[in-house]
Amino acid sequence: MIRTISSTVNSKPVTWRIDVRMSLAEVLRTNGFTSVKEGCGVGECGACAVLIDDVTVDSCLFLAIWADGCNIRTAEGESRGGELSEVQQAYLDSGAVQCGFCTPGLVMSSTEFVEKHRGEKVSREKIRKEHAGHICRCTGYEGIIRAVEQCMKPYEKHKSTDS
Amino acid sequence: MFDINSYHKANSVDEAIALLSQNPDAIPMAGGTDILVRLHGHNKKFSHLVDIHNVIELQNVTIENDGTIVIGSGMTFTGLAHSSVIRENIPVLNEGGSSVGGPQVRNVATVGGNICNGAPSGDSASPLLVLNATVELKGPDGVRHLPLYEFYQGPGQVDRKDGEIMTCLRIAPGDYKGWSAYYYKYAMREAMDIATIGCAAACKVENGKIAGLRLGFTVAGPTPLRCWRTEEKASGMGANEELLDMVENSVLSDLRPRDSWRAAKDFREQIIKTLAKRVLREALKRNTEME
Repeated sequence: MIRTISSTVNSKPVTWRIDVRMSLAEVLRTNGFTSVKEGCGVGECGACAVLIDDVTVDSCLFLAIWADGCNIRTAEGESRGGELSEVQQAYLDSGAVQCGFCTPGLVMSSTEFVEKHRGEKVSREKIRKEHAGHICRCTGYEGIIRAVEQCMKPYEKHKSTDS
Repeated sequence: MFDINSYHKANSVDEAIALLSQNPDAIPMAGGTDILVRLHGHNKKFSHLVDIHNVIELQNVTIENDGTIVIGSGMTFTGLAHSSVIRENIPVLNEGGSSVGGPQVRNVATVGGNICNGAPSGDSASPLLVLNATVELKGPDGVRHLPLYEFYQGPGQVDRKDGEIMTCLRIAPGDYKGWSAYYYKYAMREAMDIATIGCAAACKVENGKIAGLRLGFTVAGPTPLRCWRTEEKASGMGANEELLDMVENSVLSDLRPRDSWRAAKDFREQIIKTLAKRVLREALKRNTEME
């Protein structure tokens, strides 16, 4: 059941021979993208979340073959030239990381959230709802929500000076 | 690696039907968020697959000239939430759909899968029941239509015959125009949980009297259920407290909740009665706002 898929991972083109029975999480990890964690395996913990064409999915419940032709983003690609992404930096600043197992998945959901809602005023409730597909057993979530709020702030200000 | 025994990828509905006909043990898989979980558990029932993940023709919502809303079975719950046709005409479907799993699951999981897996708890089921949705199935012998409440046959069992694909769910204009509806999911947690009880109510009020009332429940029986007796009793009654009391006292006669490790039967009954009243009150309130 071997097939070939061609995708981009963090902007780099890849061609992989995969078994159709493999999850995307398995294929990514096998190829060195070990920020992708398999936690629950049933779509509850979100530790394996990656962006497929800028939409978050749980890669452990997603066949690798479905990523053929898609643009995949993992936490590895978020820092550029040794600089953390704004979301990663905000996680650091607000103490949103403890053991770190959930962090790469959460960072991807926060990245999607921040890119999608740029310039909008968002409620904490909305942040919580759109991060509900992740389980973090260390932080109590408060730091994570503050990190997302920190990312949203400059855009809100930017918008108000515009208008 | 998932415990898949045979795998065929379809690029169109016709190809999927042909593949399903050639592989009688195979089942269609769209989003995979239920089936892949079963395969993690080595469940042999799901090990022969026809992959319809990329069948684009199943992934749209349209509205026909007569006002019939046609929901492609491959629409994800996120897709439904973004659809203006759904948001403007039948928002109750999104009240159910937005409570499915978490965001990553809703980005992939489809409404057709939610119905076809036959779960008594499917969050889209009770909104679709009170919208009187019709299921469209296409198979080697052609197309057939049947009401959603007949499609459900038992826990995990639906009337999808060999070689058939659910292509869409159809909602007739007379089943949503002039109606208002509301859905509430009672669960132990506010997110990422299976409903303890899900309840949808739809109503149509004319001159202060009930011209139509529908109640749909999940996890209140072996399949999602309508409340036929209560609905009939409500017909012609005034849209008032007396109606709400009648519904509260009658609704259990239509349902068959049971004990499970998630919740006890008597607890479910209490929730059913409370929700019937509360959800209908909200649906009635929306009907007044519409006028």
